Amino acid sequence: MSIDHATVRRIARLARLSVDDAHLENLANELNGVLRLADALAKADVEGVEPLAHPHEQALAMRQDAVTEPDRADALLALAPQSRGGMYLVPKVIE
Amino acid sequence: MAPRSIAQLAQDLRARRVSARELAQQSLSMARSLSGLNAFITLDESAIEKAIPKVDHVLAGIPFAHKDIFCTNGIRTTCASRMLEHFVPPYDATVVEKLAAFGAVSIGKTNMDEFAMGSSNENSFFGPVKNPWDSTRVPGGSSGGSAAAVAAGIVAFATGTDTGGSIRQPAAFCGVTGLKPSYGRVSRWGMIAFASSLDCGGVIARSAEDCAHVFAAMAGHDPRDATSADCGVDEYVAALSTTLKGIRIGLARNYFGAGVEDGVASAVHESLRELEKLGAILVDIDLPNAALAIPAYYVIAPAEASSNLARYDGVRYGYRCANPASLDDLYTRSRTEALGAEVKRRILVGTYALSAGYYDAFYLRAQKARRLIANDFANAFKSVDLIAGPTTPTVAFKLGEKSDPLAMYAADVNTVAVNLAGLPAISLPAGFSQRLPVGLQLIAPMFAEARLLNAGYQLQQSTDFHLRTPEVAA
Repeated sequence: MSIDHATVRRIARLARLSVDDAHLENLANELNGVLRLADALAKADVEGVEPLAHPHEQALAMRQDAVTEPDRADALLALAPQSRGGMYLVPKVIE
Repeated sequence: MAPRSIAQLAQDLRARRVSARELAQQSLSMARSLSGLNAFITLDESAIEKAIPKVDHVLAGIPFAHKDIFCTNGIRTTCASRMLEHFVPPYDATVVEKLAAFGAVSIGKTNMDEFAMGSSNENSFFGPVKNPWDSTRVPGGSSGGSAAAVAAGIVAFATGTDTGGSIRQPAAFCGVTGLKPSYGRVSRWGMIAFASSLDCGGVIARSAEDCAHVFAAMAGHDPRDATSADCGVDEYVAALSTTLKGIRIGLARNYFGAGVEDGVASAVHESLRELEKLGAILVDIDLPNAALAIPAYYVIAPAEASSNLARYDGVRYGYRCANPASLDDLYTRSRTEALGAEVKRRILVGTYALSAGYYDAFYLRAQKARRLIANDFANAFKSVDLIAGPTTPTVAFKLGEKSDPLAMYAADVNTVAVNLAGLPAISLPAGFSQRLPVGLQLIAPMFAEARLLNAGYQLQQSTDFHLRTPEVAA
């Protein structure tokens, strides 16, 4: 499997990153290098092996269905680059 | 003069030979005079006023530093990224809360690789940290600032995080002790996420004894972290004095493979002989799937990172680009302008590995390999109590030496498998090669941190590598 320029652009778009034309070749090479590491995975015998997603296969704990967090809307909204009236502000989406 | 241990500092405080304020003052002034190391991103001058021990605890009044990945209420927390350059959290991480409750005095936030992605500390938006033993070399990463600050004697201990070696590798490079606990042992609440199934908070200190005091204060279940292990903790300090007679230590052949420098291997063997003298029995073992660790890790960690770092979108907190033309432009330019090259590279790799059509070939296969790696350890621990090897194949390399990301990744060969399996491990100072520190890594079964600290403490009773300090610390 090899990543070409179009693929780099496509995954960059998915990740909401932009890539300069000047860096495209270099980045494609680097990504191909990393993905070549995965060749060892392709060769490994993992037939019938159950995937391990997490070190502890413990069930998620249940808790009381009660509010535990205090209302910190003001402190949290204060972190936003732009907010007004309890809302986050972003550029207009609908004309 | 040998550096003072946490217990000795606590005695000095109790006997009023020194005050907590004076200790904080000394730490801060040393941090300033060693600013060339670049070990800190932010210093907290208010530490001096806050240094009034209110509780009776061994950590009360002891100056330390937090890796700049732990959220600190009112003190900026950058994760060494331009994305969070001005981020001031409105809350404390659980680890921060716990250490503060025991009276430990944080003097600031240590430098690191951006979002903990790196093995050299060269990926920091705030510039690289220098190794206190040789300022032309890296301190390791990602907790490089924490390791350098402890090695230079600025603080008695520092917090760190370890996703693929980020506590153990810098501890090895800087000649200090670094404990990576079992997954889930230390709360991740308020610890900025990189790869959530691998991330682990821990401690870097001079000795295993110091690590035991700090770890005892950090460990334990936290209902605010759904992945926190809901099981009891051990008496880590009391366990230090247990004899090592009859303890079985497995030497993983794989960890002494190609790429391990002779000087590193011989220093590690020397330390293993010391452990043998203390009654340990050395046994050769094999971890047949060890070679899969780097490939599995460099698929799983970027995959989880690409998902975790999707939150940095310029909307709720963090960097926002100027004059966005549209919402999409805001997302894309904010991320592109504020994330560094290595972080972007990993996001792209992870996005690719999780994208439609590739998930099975990469992510799912990596998770299957992860199972094989965890099974290797489980099998080995049927016949041994600990597994040993060099923490890193080489001593600290030169700043700028590893410009190829793959060469950098390869240096993590002995540390990443531990994170995939979720096991605890420690890096102990094991002597020197080319006048630079070497680290011995010990790995234990799940939740057996007490055994690691015990073995480290016993080794440090008969060796003094952990007491050696670089010239800058004088």
